[in-house]
Amino acid sequence: MLIAFLADIHANREAMSACLADAESQDVDRYVFLGDLVGYGADPAWVVDRVAAMVAAGAVVVRGNHDAAIGDPREGMVAEAHTAINWTRSRLTNAQKGFLAGLPLAVEEGDRLFVHASACAPQTWIYLFNSREAEQSLMATNQRLTFCGHTHVPALFHTTAMTPPQRHVPIAAKPTPLLAQRRWLAVLGSVGQPRDNNPAACYGLFDDVRSTLTYVRVPYDADLAARKIRAAGLPEILAARLTLGI
Amino acid sequence: MAKAQLTVGMTIDGFLLEQRIHRGGMADIWRVRRGDIDFPIIMKVPLLDFEGDISVLVGFEVEQMIMAEVNGPHVPRWIANGEFAVQPYIVMEYIDGPTLLKMWADRAAPVDEIVHIGIEVAAALADLHQQHVLHFDLKPANVMFRPTGEAVLIDFGLSRHEQLPDLLDEQFHRPTGTPDYMAPEQLFRVRSDKRSDIYAFGAVLYQLATGQLPFGRPARMRKVRRRVWRDPVPPRTLRPVTPPVLQEIILRCLEPLPDARYQSATDLLFELRHLDLVELTERAQRTQQSDFRTALGRRLRAPRTIRTILASATRPPVRPPIILAVFDLRAGLEDLRQALLEAAASALANTPGARLACVNIMPTSLIGLDENVDAAGENIHVQKLADLRIWAQPLQLPRGKISYHLLESRNVAAAILEFARSNTVDHIVIGATRTGPFAGKVVAQVTAEAPCSVTVVRAGDEGSHSLR
Repeated sequence: MLIAFLADIHANREAMSACLADAESQDVDRYVFLGDLVGYGADPAWVVDRVAAMVAAGAVVVRGNHDAAIGDPREGMVAEAHTAINWTRSRLTNAQKGFLAGLPLAVEEGDRLFVHASACAPQTWIYLFNSREAEQSLMATNQRLTFCGHTHVPALFHTTAMTPPQRHVPIAAKPTPLLAQRRWLAVLGSVGQPRDNNPAACYGLFDDVRSTLTYVRVPYDADLAARKIRAAGLPEILAARLTLGI
Repeated sequence: MAKAQLTVGMTIDGFLLEQRIHRGGMADIWRVRRGDIDFPIIMKVPLLDFEGDISVLVGFEVEQMIMAEVNGPHVPRWIANGEFAVQPYIVMEYIDGPTLLKMWADRAAPVDEIVHIGIEVAAALADLHQQHVLHFDLKPANVMFRPTGEAVLIDFGLSRHEQLPDLLDEQFHRPTGTPDYMAPEQLFRVRSDKRSDIYAFGAVLYQLATGQLPFGRPARMRKVRRRVWRDPVPPRTLRPVTPPVLQEIILRCLEPLPDARYQSATDLLFELRHLDLVELTERAQRTQQSDFRTALGRRLRAPRTIRTILASATRPPVRPPIILAVFDLRAGLEDLRQALLEAAASALANTPGARLACVNIMPTSLIGLDENVDAAGENIHVQKLADLRIWAQPLQLPRGKISYHLLESRNVAAAILEFARSNTVDHIVIGATRTGPFAGKVVAQVTAEAPCSVTVVRAGDEGSHSLR
């Protein structure tokens, strides 16, 4: 079975459409959304509706901090994120807000864990940038494979019972075997706001028969997504960063 | 970790164990059979012991991962991996040939044989590097030869795939690799530089040339570090029959600074194949190790040298691209040759650091004897090489940046393509005429099958010349 992982879509319709089209062309069997469907981007309602429809058809979704902030203004955020969340809230129907409020923090399936940020106290949204943070997350779960997002920077950590996690920067389009005798933590990068100096949308493809994970980069119309952000009156930085991948 | 004692007649995942053909310190090798595989295969089974060194376990994990990624004639064909939780193993093609260690052990080989072996091993290394794999444990025991002559590299337990997680990185405090052949940067656990394999290659060739290891068999790590500041005894001192050009190649591979070695296995292969084009430096003439004062000075500067080595090794090397200019030396094609020269100059200008290989293909006739002398008794080869040099003169390329080749073949296109493939050419510049060997068919085949970009050049009013 081929599973597509989409993290941090952030209301970017153009990026999400491009990734879904790419995934469909690969005959993906299953979709997992790793949180932060909204915030930053100009199309929150469209993204929520699309994800909700796919969930109704069997897709899995977990909650991100931006999704949580829609229903809970106490979620701490930087200024432009806060501005975007207030704007987003005004754009969503009660039904869409209800969908976001009902999302689970984490989902376990077979030997896999799906979560937005660290598995260690997931509701505190700890970023997984380095090996120490990855180790905390890996210690907080018994699952062999963790798939998450939140940092917007693709990374793949691997560890054995006797060695601390090592960080690997995945190479786009190269299927990486998630070797059975190791535990793995995959940070999937971001569909809607990549921050690794590559503006192409990033999503993951996991082949559960061969146990390989591929990071896929999909160029999309970032200029259009940026224009929509400017037209919505959202902070300029949110538009500018899309075309630079920062 | 092995669940049960393996015995003859057992079947694991469909593989029938026929005979244990090798018992090593880290793994057993079994000859095995499976109905659907019609060539000889072996099963490598690690002797995993959790009380023992974890590097054995990780090394086998690495080998399983890398073997499944590589293919081609220079590695054993991979068949299957066994799961660690059940019975770890690797099933692969059986290579029916000796290892380099068995062939020569500590004996010196004849010069022709060294060059021949060097070419085969460099080709294997170039192929492996092309597939993004760094071997990191190149030594005579890990080089085998197929009955057809190709070198096969084995034992990928310390290897690294550039695009996959490095399972050995930061894992162990001790450096990984065989100290006898290990590059200085490997002593400091740099695992990202293909030129480390070039260094090990140099050590292997040194051993073939002299019967000795360049730095002996150091028992302790402190002694291993001497290679940072102490140069090896020049091969010609130990074995005077060694030609200067071979000493040049060996000592260049063994330079402590990665930047001073060959920058790629392809470069190395190119030089081994064209010994007459190798630029000889002071290395070729050396007759003894550097004197005490020089060695002492280097010893004192070693900390700075080590920093330079590490800086050099963690910077990606630049492989000089090769541009191939294909020639037609027939009379009356001066305009075309001028156009070719301009196209070559423009390709060189757009490709920093590139080197130019000028090739003239001499079609051999199907009937009659090929004469090496023309009617006036002049040696045709010498004359044609001179013509090539004169043509390239305006480019003013220094020696080492340009090479001249005459290839004789009945099939012009095939000869060009073979040269481009075996020398990993980056760009072909070829002139097209309406008649003769460079008429449409040859150019079309080269353009269609070339492993790189092709620029087809025509003279402005070419027709008037070729038709006369």
